[in-house]
Amino acid sequence: MSAPVSAACPLPGRAAEPGEPGLEPAPFVRVDPENGLLRLDLVVEGVHCAACIRRIERALGRLPWVKEARVNLTTRRLAVAFEGDPARASEIVATVEGLGYRAVPFDPSRLEGADAAAEKELLLCLAVAGFAAGNIMLLAVSVWSGHFTGMGEATRTFLHWFQALIALPAIAFAGRPFFRSALAALRRGRTNMDVPISLAVILAPTVSLVETIRAGEHAYFDSAVTLLFFLLIGRYLDRRARGAARAAAARLLALRAQAVSRIEPDGTTRPVRPESLEPGQEILVATGERVGVDGEVVAGRSELDTSLVTGETVPQPVEPGVRVFAGTLNLGAPLRVRVAAVGEGTLLAEIVRLMEAAEQRRSRFVALADRVARLYAPFVHTLAALTLAGWLVAGAGWHFAIMSAIAVLIITCPCALGLAVPAVQVIAAGRLMKGGTLVKSATALERFARVDTVVFDKTGTLTSGRMALEAIEGGGAEDLDAAASLARASRHPLARALAAAAGPGPAAAGVEEVAGQGLRLSSPEGEWRLGRRGFAAEVEEDGRPGAELWFARPGRPPVRFRFADPLRPDAAEVVAALRARGLSVELLSGDRRATVEAVANRLGIGRWAAELAPDEKVARLETLAREGRRVLMVGDGLNDAPALAAASVSLSPASAVDVSQTTADAVFQGQRLAPVLEVLEVARRAERLVRQNIALSIAYNLCAVPLAVLGYVTPLVAAIAMSSSSLLVVGNSLRLQLGARRAESSSTPAKADTRLAGASA
Amino acid sequence: MSGLLYLIPIALFLGLLGLAAFVWALKSGQFDDLDGAAQRILLDDDEPEDRPRAG
Repeated sequence: MSAPVSAACPLPGRAAEPGEPGLEPAPFVRVDPENGLLRLDLVVEGVHCAACIRRIERALGRLPWVKEARVNLTTRRLAVAFEGDPARASEIVATVEGLGYRAVPFDPSRLEGADAAAEKELLLCLAVAGFAAGNIMLLAVSVWSGHFTGMGEATRTFLHWFQALIALPAIAFAGRPFFRSALAALRRGRTNMDVPISLAVILAPTVSLVETIRAGEHAYFDSAVTLLFFLLIGRYLDRRARGAARAAAARLLALRAQAVSRIEPDGTTRPVRPESLEPGQEILVATGERVGVDGEVVAGRSELDTSLVTGETVPQPVEPGVRVFAGTLNLGAPLRVRVAAVGEGTLLAEIVRLMEAAEQRRSRFVALADRVARLYAPFVHTLAALTLAGWLVAGAGWHFAIMSAIAVLIITCPCALGLAVPAVQVIAAGRLMKGGTLVKSATALERFARVDTVVFDKTGTLTSGRMALEAIEGGGAEDLDAAASLARASRHPLARALAAAAGPGPAAAGVEEVAGQGLRLSSPEGEWRLGRRGFAAEVEEDGRPGAELWFARPGRPPVRFRFADPLRPDAAEVVAALRARGLSVELLSGDRRATVEAVANRLGIGRWAAELAPDEKVARLETLAREGRRVLMVGDGLNDAPALAAASVSLSPASAVDVSQTTADAVFQGQRLAPVLEVLEVARRAERLVRQNIALSIAYNLCAVPLAVLGYVTPLVAAIAMSSSSLLVVGNSLRLQLGARRAESSSTPAKADTRLAGASA
Repeated sequence: MSGLLYLIPIALFLGLLGLAAFVWALKSGQFDDLDGAAQRILLDDDEPEDRPRAG
C-alpha cells in the first residue's frame, strides 16, 4: 500500500512548460564499460519524498528496456541504465516529465569533481579513527584503572603493546588529510592549524612507543587517536556542508541549461547543447527564447531584452549585422544568429579578462583559524622547548624533562581550536541552506561578517528582473481583461506579464500570432490587435523609452500598456534594515540614469551611479577597497561578474547568469532580497561564536599548560582535559542552532520565503 | 590474565569486521543518498503490480 505515502506528498508544482526547449538527452548517454549498458544521468526538479521516488522509479521500471532506475533524493538526481538505442533517452525524459517532474540531462563528470572523492576519503579516515579510538579506549581505561588496583607491569606493557598495534597504523592512515595540509603549508614557508595538530599526533604515539618499549608507565595512544577522531568529525561535516551547497548550486545551473536550435544544412532545426556548436553555424532564436550563444544576427529584426547582460531594462532593437550575447531574451520576431568564435573580441571574453585581473588584484584572505595558528604554533613550540630546558637546568633527568615537554605539546594541541571554526560554520551553512542560501566558499562566512559596505546591482538584484505591467494609458480594467484574453494565447514575455497582471481568466479562441508583431483576433465587431506600436495602432513615436504593448479595438482609441521591471517585494525593507545596522549602501548599475535614479530614490539609496561599464564597476569597488572598506557586492548580470570577483565577498541570486553564479561566494534563491540580510546576520553571529570558541580553548590551555609544564599531566588527565574542551566548544557552537529555533518560533511561520522576520529577530 | 591473550585479539577482530563492513558499505555507495534511504523504508516492494517484473 503506497496510498498514505502518496497522499502525504502533493504532486510536484511545476512541470515543464509546454514548448520549452529542453536539452536533447542523447548526447549525454554514456556506455558503461562493465556491462555494456547505456547510462543516463538526469537532474530532476520537484522530487521530495518516498512517493516521488516510487512514482518515477516505477514508471521507468515499466519500460521493458530500462534495466535500472534509481533516484537519489539527496542530490535530486536520477540515474538510469538501459539497453538499445541511445535515442531512447528522450523517451526516458518524456516519461519523467509526463509524471510532472522536470528532468534535465547532465554530465556527471562535470558536476562532481574532486569534492566527492575528498569527502569519501575523509569519511573513510573518520571510520578508521573511530574504530581505533574505541578499541584503544577500551584498553586505556583498563590501564588507568590498573593504576589504582595495582596492575602488574607485565599486564600493563602487554596492553600498551596492543594499543600501539592499533594506534600506529590507524594514525598513519587517518592522519593523512592533516599531514598533507601541514606539509603543503610548510613547503610554502607558512604554518597553519594542521602543523601543530600533525606534530602532536605524530609525537604522542612516537614517545608512547618508546615508553612502551621501556615498559614505562604512561602511553598517550588514546589521546592521539581520539584527537584525530574529533578533528576528523569536524573536517568531514565542514566538507559535507560545503559540498552540499556546491552541488545544489550546480544543480540550479544544470536545471536552467537550455538547448539551442541549430539550423541544419537542409533547413530543419535540431535542439543541441550550446557547447557543441561550432563557429559559423547558425541557430534560430524563437520569440520569447533566450539567445544561447554569442554571435551575430544574420536575418530577422527584433528587440532584445539585454537586462541580464548589461543591466539595461529598455529593449534594444537588433537587425542583421548586430552582435548579440548569450543570456539576452528575444522579445520580437525569430532571429537567425551566426555563432561567433570564442574569444573573438566578444563581451564574454572581455568580462573574463576583467575578472581575472580583478581576482589577481584582490588581496588574499587569510582565515581566522590560520591567523591564530600563526601566533599559536611558534608560541607552543617555544613553550615546549623552554619546559625541556627548564627541567634540565633544574636538575631533573632527561627522561622526565622530555616527557614533560611532550606533555606540553600534547595538551596544547589545538583540538578545540581545530573544532572551533568548522563546528560553527557547519551549523551556520546548514541554517542558511534551509533558507535557500548556498554558501560555496570556505572563508565566505568570515568575510560576510566583516562587511561594512553593501553594493547592489539594480536589474535582477534589487528588481525582480522580469517585466511586469506598470501602467495602462488611455484605458482601464476592462481593456486589461480584454487584452489579457488575447495575451493568454501567447508565450511572449510581455503578453505573459499582461496575462499575469489580469489574473486567471478565459483565453480567447482563434487568436492568431503574427511573429514579431503581435496577436490578432477576429471578433464580430472587427479585428482586435495586441502588439507593437506599428502593428496594433498607428501612433507616432513619442520618444518615451520602455517596454510596451498596444491594444486596439475597432471604434475605440488605442490603449498603451507600459511594462517595467518591478522592485523585489522586500527591497525597501532590506535596504532600510541594512542602513539601520550601520552599513553603507550603494547602487551601481549599467542601466540608464533616469531609471536608476528613480529606484535609488524609492529605496533611499544616496550613493548611486548609472550607465556604468563593467570595468567602471570594478574601478569603483577598488576605490572603496583602497579606502579600507570591506564590500559585499550583490549582482546577477554578466556585467557584474568582474565586480563580484573584485569585491571582498559576493552574493548573487539564483537567476543570475552562469558566470556570475560561479564567481559569487554564495547564491540565494527566491523572489525576496531578505537572504542578503540573513546571510550578514548569521555570519556575524557565527563570527561571535567562533571568537568565543577560540577564547574558550585558549583559556583551557592557560589552565592546562602549567600542569603540563610541571609534569603532572598523565594520559588520564590529558584525555579528560582534551575531551571536555572539545565538547565545550561544540556545545557552544550549537547555540547558533538554538538561537535560530527561538527566532523562528517567536516569529510567524518561518518558511523559506518569509525569512525576513527570522533574520531580523 | 591469560584470558586476555586471546580475548583481546578476538575483540579486535570483531571490531575489524565492523570496520570492514563499513568500508564495504561506503565503497558500494550506500552513503551516497542518506535522505533517500530515510524515505525508502516507507516503500513496499511487494505490490502486485511489480510481481511480473520481479519474476
